Amino acid sequence: MDIHRLVKMANDIGSFYEALPDRSEAISSIATHLKNFWEPRMRREIIEHARQGAEATPRLKELVREAILTLE
Amino acid sequence: MLAIDDKDLGTPERKSDKLISLEVDGRTVEVPEGTSVMRAAALADIWIPKLCASDLLEAFGSCRLCLVEIEGRNGLPASCTTLAEPGMRVRTQSQRLTKLRRNVMELYMSDHPLDPFECKAGGKCELHKMAQAVGLDHVRYSSSGRNHLTLPVDNSNPYFTFDPTRCILCSRCIRACDERQGTYALTIDGRGFNSVISPGQHQHYSESECVSCGACVQLCPTDALMEKSVLETGPAERAVITTCGYCGVGCSFKAELRGDQVVRMVPNKNGLPNFGHSCVKGRFAWGYATHPDRVRTPMIRKRISDPWQEVSWEEALRYAASELKRVQAKYGRGSIGGITSSRCTNEEAYLVQKLVRAGFGNNNVDTCARVCHSPTGYGLKAALGTPAGTQDFDSVRASDVIMVIGANPTEGHPVFASIMKRRLREGAHLIVVDPRRIELVRMPHVEADYFLQLKPGTNVALLNAMSHVVVTEGLAKEDFIRERCDVREYEMWREFIVQKRNSPESVEQTTGVPAESIRGAARLYAKGPNSAIYYGLGVTEHSQGTTAVLAMVNLAMVTGNLGRAGVGINPLRGQNNVQGSNDVGSFPHEYTGYRHVSDPQVRAAFEREWGVKLDPEPGLRIPNMFDAALDGSFKGLYVEGEDIAQSDPNSQHVAEALAAMEIVIVHDIFLNETSKYAHVFLPGSSFLEKDGTFTNAERRISRVRKVLPPLAGMEDWEVTCALARAFGYPMNYSHPSEIMDELARLTPIFAGVSYGKLERLGSVQWPCNDDAPDGTAVMHVGQFVRGKGRFMLTEYIPTEERTSPRYPLILTTGRVLTQYNVGTQTRRTKNVTWYAEDRLEIHPHDAEQRGIRDNDWVEVSSRAGSIVLRAEITDRMQPGVVYTTFHYPETGANVVTTENSDWATNCPEYKVTAVQVLPTTRRPERRVPEPAHHAEMSHQ
Repeated sequence: MDIHRLVKMANDIGSFYEALPDRSEAISSIATHLKNFWEPRMRREIIEHARQGAEATPRLKELVREAILTLE
Repeated sequence: MLAIDDKDLGTPERKSDKLISLEVDGRTVEVPEGTSVMRAAALADIWIPKLCASDLLEAFGSCRLCLVEIEGRNGLPASCTTLAEPGMRVRTQSQRLTKLRRNVMELYMSDHPLDPFECKAGGKCELHKMAQAVGLDHVRYSSSGRNHLTLPVDNSNPYFTFDPTRCILCSRCIRACDERQGTYALTIDGRGFNSVISPGQHQHYSESECVSCGACVQLCPTDALMEKSVLETGPAERAVITTCGYCGVGCSFKAELRGDQVVRMVPNKNGLPNFGHSCVKGRFAWGYATHPDRVRTPMIRKRISDPWQEVSWEEALRYAASELKRVQAKYGRGSIGGITSSRCTNEEAYLVQKLVRAGFGNNNVDTCARVCHSPTGYGLKAALGTPAGTQDFDSVRASDVIMVIGANPTEGHPVFASIMKRRLREGAHLIVVDPRRIELVRMPHVEADYFLQLKPGTNVALLNAMSHVVVTEGLAKEDFIRERCDVREYEMWREFIVQKRNSPESVEQTTGVPAESIRGAARLYAKGPNSAIYYGLGVTEHSQGTTAVLAMVNLAMVTGNLGRAGVGINPLRGQNNVQGSNDVGSFPHEYTGYRHVSDPQVRAAFEREWGVKLDPEPGLRIPNMFDAALDGSFKGLYVEGEDIAQSDPNSQHVAEALAAMEIVIVHDIFLNETSKYAHVFLPGSSFLEKDGTFTNAERRISRVRKVLPPLAGMEDWEVTCALARAFGYPMNYSHPSEIMDELARLTPIFAGVSYGKLERLGSVQWPCNDDAPDGTAVMHVGQFVRGKGRFMLTEYIPTEERTSPRYPLILTTGRVLTQYNVGTQTRRTKNVTWYAEDRLEIHPHDAEQRGIRDNDWVEVSSRAGSIVLRAEITDRMQPGVVYTTFHYPETGANVVTTENSDWATNCPEYKVTAVQVLPTTRRPERRVPEPAHHAEMSHQ
């Protein structure tokens, strides 16, 4: 699937939760959302992208990347 | 004329704990205080003759037919305007009364044909019935005297006629328009003998403010106001109660039939939620059901460039199932899916999701709520515990402050709007939040206290600012919060909301709303005491749609406006069964009753009932299906009752995705934009041709009853069952009631619902179970469904869709009263009389700058595409914002909308698109891309 769209969707989720003052709560909330609402092939592709590192483009927000990596 | 089997008690019901006992014609009757003598008599089965009275209208006392004798009183009071009193003794029959009534009736009939054969209603109008009731068999007055028999008939309305020669000036039509509809379109023009009923200022109906709700026609006691369908077909012989197939108000109707032909649809005066009222769509725009465009035979084709071939049901289903199996075998279990429709019944949506989960073996099922109210479901469930509106519609009658945000009830939900307007006329305050000046802002006897004309896409900033005012000005209901909400989360939210960036002054420039207006509106809302929020797609169809829903919940909780009548958060659902299709498991991550597919206990219950192992992972949402199709991993789709090629954003993207699939099955009543990409077309049945239930925006489950045989021979639920069987998954039901029984067995909030109960109660609002056997009108009384109410941080994040020198305007979308969504139904009715094309509304300043004159053709260009339509210059719009509807495929409004979507649900951001608007010599064309070769019908 189009990785640009997946990254944008994931970053949008991150933008909502990054308002939480507790960073670990934000990370777990993002991860829970992805687990509950993203179909496995979408999760697989975003995890694969996150694994490529923080500099991989399109860029995932760091908070989001950390959340995605907890899904592995 | 009222419905043929309606009983009319003469004056409206009064509610009081105090009962009055009186005697009518020797019979003792007990009624609530405030009840009229006429109604008391009717309750004792004594029917006093009347013409100007109806229990749908306040008493008027003009026709002088309902006079009675009351012991100890002089004269003959009108029973409609006289209230019952303790110990009162009433006589409704005497020689004096008989003579008087007959004389009164004779005067009416002196200017009206007495012969029932001349009655356009076949002698069934109230006037002729009353003539019979008072024993009038001839008129002594000469017909050669002055009369009204030469007045011209007004045929200007496409659905009804007004024949003033048959009018008795009882004013029921005027009062219907005023009291029930709240439009005030009718009056009596002239004086004395020259008095006539006049729409507007002596205009024809079609030229006046009349909105064709049909209330005047329903309440006319003569044959002066008549439905043209009755004049053409003849009076009805029987009536069947059913539920409207249009918006989420879900009005109860009586379908009146003559033989097997529908004569008219009349609002059910004893039905909820509409209490006998209707709008132009439900009342009149049902002709599409028998339109020649209806497809009556299944069709298949191997390629979308091939012509359609008409085939038998058996062949179509066999081909569809074999293709689904072939695709699944080739590309994997997750390569196919289905889409349910909010236009279909609960039972039909339930079966489609069951076919996908149990038959296809995945959770790739979604519904058109994805593109409208999915943020409502997510937001309300997260914060309160249940994804549905908190109130019943009648709750608005207890509201002191009504806030309407991102909704246009007089156009989109007109029957609820009429109830709301009544409350506003009684003195409730109104706050309107909308980028466009909707009708409610100022109309007869209604004016908003605050009209917050914000910039599109800034709802969250404005709602946060209102909460900021509440908290910083000490208006928070701390007791309510401490008792009902999670205090830790409240404290965290409080710290967030009081920050300066959330103040009205800080968001003034962002929202375009003066800070003082935001402060005033917030104070008004907070002080209520009963404040209610009603909202629509202007809240949800944004990149922050879910955040805005959560911000509304925060505002309601911090002011204590949840958990009783008159308050709450109320989504106005666009389609008749948006709520229901969501309830019955149409989302890819949830089974019926909003339980996640990963919950092992819930899944086990479904596995036991359905006899298969189920996938514990969420499936693809509609936009994900399109992306996966372009990716090559999603190849087959069964679409029931939704035109995704027209209704979903970025039509080009949708078209490419559909074209990339190997099997697309469209199950619908008409060929549509999506069917251009289909390989199988299964003809559907309209709401008049099937049994089932709809659930409206207030969680009310109502019966849909079959009044006509399905044109193509099968009801939709039967088609899905047959497709499942052809696919190899057994699905056998003999009636939709069995589907509801299964749904109730599996779903705690539906546990007490059955067709038997719906017959008994008329309708029922979920949750309906052992705790609430008759259903639940108001949610969250005493405690929120999730336990403690959850405040959530709602940071305002501007949409990525921005204006630029190239695209300097913001386009937002909506709909009009007479058309419905993508227009599939209403475009095939006489409603096109009022709205025959989509138009672009533009502010005079923006038009002037571009050299655009009213009615000019303009090109609207966005980053996604461009469309052409006519301009309407109006100061309803604010400068910098333009508006259009999406009722006509020729316009292709979704060609220009972007793929931005809500962060939580992927609901598209239809309401914010940066555009340029310029005059053009282009003309509209079919904007949804055609397949490679134009598809034509062939008959074999």
